[in-house]
Formats: sequence, C-alpha cells, structure tokens
Amino acid sequence: MMAFDVKVIIDHLPQILDGFVTTVWCTVWACALGMVLGLIVACGLMSKARIFRYPIRFYVEVIRSTPFLIQLFLLYYGGPSIGIYLDPIQAGIIGLAIYGSAYYAELFRAGFNAIPEGQLEVANIMGFSTTNILWRIQIPQMMVLIVPGLVNTTIILGKETAVLSIVTVPELTFVLTGIGSQTYAYAETLTVLALAYLILAESTSRLGSWAEKRLSKYMER
Amino acid sequence: MNKSSANEPIVQVQNMNKSFGENQVLKNINLNVHPSEVMCLIGPSGSGKSTLLRCIAFLEQYTGGTVLIEGDLIGYNDNADQRKLASTKELNRVRRNMGMVFQQFNLWPHMTALGNVTEALVRVKKLNRKHANEKGLALLNKVGLSERANHYPAQLSGGQQQRVAIARALAMEPSVLLFDEPTSALDPELVGEVLQVMKDLANDGMTMIVVTHEMGFAAQVADTVVFLDQGEILLKGSPKDVFQGPKPPRLQQFLQNYMDRNAFWE
Ligand SMILES: Nc1ncnc2c1ncn2[C@@H]1O[C@H](COP(=O)(O)OP(=O)(O)OP(=O)(O)O)[C@@H](O)[C@H]1O
Ligand SMILES: [Mg+2]
Repeated sequence: MMAFDVKVIIDHLPQILDGFVTTVWCTVWACALGMVLGLIVACGLMSKARIFRYPIRFYVEVIRSTPFLIQLFLLYYGGPSIGIYLDPIQAGIIGLAIYGSAYYAELFRAGFNAIPEGQLEVANIMGFSTTNILWRIQIPQMMVLIVPGLVNTTIILGKETAVLSIVTVPELTFVLTGIGSQTYAYAETLTVLALAYLILAESTSRLGSWAEKRLSKYMER
Repeated sequence: MNKSSANEPIVQVQNMNKSFGENQVLKNINLNVHPSEVMCLIGPSGSGKSTLLRCIAFLEQYTGGTVLIEGDLIGYNDNADQRKLASTKELNRVRRNMGMVFQQFNLWPHMTALGNVTEALVRVKKLNRKHANEKGLALLNKVGLSERANHYPAQLSGGQQQRVAIARALAMEPSVLLFDEPTSALDPELVGEVLQVMKDLANDGMTMIVVTHEMGFAAQVADTVVFLDQGEILLKGSPKDVFQGPKPPRLQQFLQNYMDRNAFWE
C-alpha cells in the first residue's frame, strides 16, 4: 500500500492554484451572466403577453430538463455549424450562464411573487414608471427574499464547472485529474479536488449568510 | 382636457358598472365628490366598497360608465363609439391628483419612514435629495412622526406605519385621498391616532373618500355618507340623514348588526 503522498500535491501546487483560479473565474462570470439573463427570463415568465411568456416558459423547461453536459456539447461542438466559434472558456462560461439562467429565473419569479401586490399598487397610483418600480421596489426586496435559494443555485453552478473539463477548460477538475493520471496519485488528487469544491461551497454559503443577516435586518415583518 | 373650476366635483362617477366575469359587483353607481368634501362609504362586507374605490383609482377596470378625476376620464380613451385603454403615461397624468391609503399600509419595507415618503418626490417629481428630505420631514411632522424618520416599517407600530402611509400619500400633493378601511388592521388602542390624523386632514380641507367601519368617524367627520349594499347605492346623504332619518330595511339591519357587535354593556 502506498501512503498518502502529499509531495505530489506540493509539486503541482502552482498548477492546482491556477486551476482553482480558473474555476472561481468561470463560476463568478457564469453566475453573474446567469443572473442577468435570469432576470430578463423572469420578466418574460411574468409577462402578461403570451407571445413572450410561452416561448420563454419553453426555454426554461428545455434547459431544466436536459443535462448540462449536452447543452455544453451543443454550444461548443454544434456552435460552429451555425457560425458560433467559442474558445473552451467562453463556451463554458456562456453555457453555464444559460444553464443557470433557467434556475435563477424561477427563483427571481418566486421572489417577485412574494412581494405584496399592494406595494406595487401604491407605486402605480403615485405615478412611478415601470422601470422605477422594478429597480427601486421589486428587485431590492426580491433579492433579500431569495438569498438562501441564490446561495444554493450558485453552489450548484460552481460544482457544474467540473463539466467544463470535458471541453478542456483548465479548471480544477481538468488539472487534478490530469495530474492524477500522470502520477497515478488518484487518491491524493481526488481528495484535494473534493476539498477544493468543499471550500468553494462553504465560502459561498458563508457569504450568503453574511449578506442575509445584513440585508434582512429591516425586512422582518 | 377640462380645466376644473373651484366648484366642479373632483371625482365624478357616472352610471358606473363593474363586473368580474359574470358577477356584477357594482351597479349603476353615481357619485360626485366636491373639493374639501369628506365622503364615507359604508356597507356590509362584500357590498363592493373596495371595488368602488379601486375603480376610482383605476386599480380595477370598470366595465361601464365613466369616472372623471378633475374632469379627466381615468383609464380609458373614449372615441366616437369606441373605448380604448389609456396608455400608462395618460393614466399616470390623471392619477397624479390622487393618493390612496390601504388597510394593509403597504409601506415599502426596505426603505425608512423618510425614504417611503420621499421616494416619489425623488423618482416622480424629480426633486433633489435635500429638497425632498426637507419636504418629507415636514410631512412626517404633520403626522407626528418626525422623530421616527429613520426607522424602518418593521420597527414601527401599526398606527405609526399607517401614519407614514398617509404622509407618503400626501407627498404628491393629491387633490383627493382615497382610504380603504385604514384602521381595520390596527389594534383597537391604535385606531385613535390614525383617525385623528384623518380628522386633521379633513379640517385642513382635504378632499377624501373613506371606506370605513368606524361609524363614529363617519358621523363626526363626513359631509356625505354613502350606504352601499350588494353593489348598489341604497342611500346617500348627510350623516344626520343617513344615521337618524328614515332608513331602508337593509341599512337598518346593517346598523343594528354594527351596534350589536360594538355593544359591550347590555
Ligand atoms: N379580483 C376579484 N375577482 C373576482 N371577484 C372579486 C374580486 N374582488 C372583489 N370581488 C368580489 O366583488 C364583491 C365586492 O367585493 P369588495 O371587496 O369590493 O367588497 P367590500 O365591500 O370591500 O367588502 P369588505 O368590507 O369585506 O372589504 C365580492 O363579492 C367579491 O367577492
Ligand atoms: Mg373592502
């Protein structure tokens, strides 16, 4: 039996750190883009016009019921046939953002619906524009209401970055499984891999609790 | 567009109907509310009081007749033989003269009392922050809450929240204020402070339409009392006429129920 060989990890530390940075980078961008896209999709889901609502509902259902891996393959390998050429990182971030947008949208929609209608009626009577109502009254409250769900979704998207290794994005999983197969130190690399994701998830969740505490102080009813 | 003269009614409701699907909840409503008039709407639960108020503010689309605010039709554009929904912009222009206070306060919980009052001043009236704050503080002072300016709604009692809501409604300097049971969600000991603010407003000459179950307030403060029953106006007159004159049986019964509910001493 071989002992747990820390040396393999130490020797490859710069590479592993690069992978870590790439994972964080991809997660942050995918989440940010996914939230922006998700907000637009949520507005479409709540639209009174069926011509918007039905196609967008269809989009959400398709995204939620197909594996992310297949969506990514479609974008990366299928994209060029319709003139979309993306490098692996771009494809990974955009693909993950699209995937996340469906989940964020549902979350935002639930958050919007939790705001009492009367608050919006007051704003309507006072002559607020729709944009002002959205940015000043709906979004700030919605964001506070959904912090726990937001943390959850972000953690899930963070873990899904592992899938990007399949299109050769040099993120954590790609780097560590690579080292593992070169050195046969599978136990060591996979343990470190799991730990790294654990650290990421835990930090996201801490950040969420902190935000929730700060934000919800004035929202108790 | 009509310019309203001093004595033209601020709110004119003419032959107004409202149905929800098959269910007609307002039938041929006619009302005029003149400047400085306080009108109280009373009637049993489900008689259509809230719906009437909401149609006047065009939170519900009335299905027939007209509602004029200072001479302007609210919510629709009437052409020769066609009625079309007005654009948001047109609707906002007519609504500018209106404020509304709800049973559930509906304060924006993520803004302080002052923030609630000044938000429309900054976003709609486009006042600068300093000017808006001065005005907001003056309004909070008027409802006796300048000391609570930086409290969030969750840190205020129900009575205080409702007073902030009144100050917020006053911010746009409305020519008519609509109240939908403003004290019904309050603990009994907090009702008085809100009614007092409303009395002060009435004394200052504010035009108000008040849906209320507070018969004492209606008797004391109203110029006109309207009794609504099953979507129809059964009686309209001075408080004296309505409470002391000859009554249709439905009003008799309504007032009797009210007395029974509020009697604590036999
Ligand atoms: N959005 C709606 N859709 C369908 N029916 C409605 C709607 N709002 C009100 N109604 C119906 O219209 C009628 C009048 O309701 P409304 O709320 O105006 O009564 P109210 O006099 O304000 O009663 P309360 O004293 O209980 O507040 C009721 O029968 C109610 O069920
Ligand atoms: Mg009502």
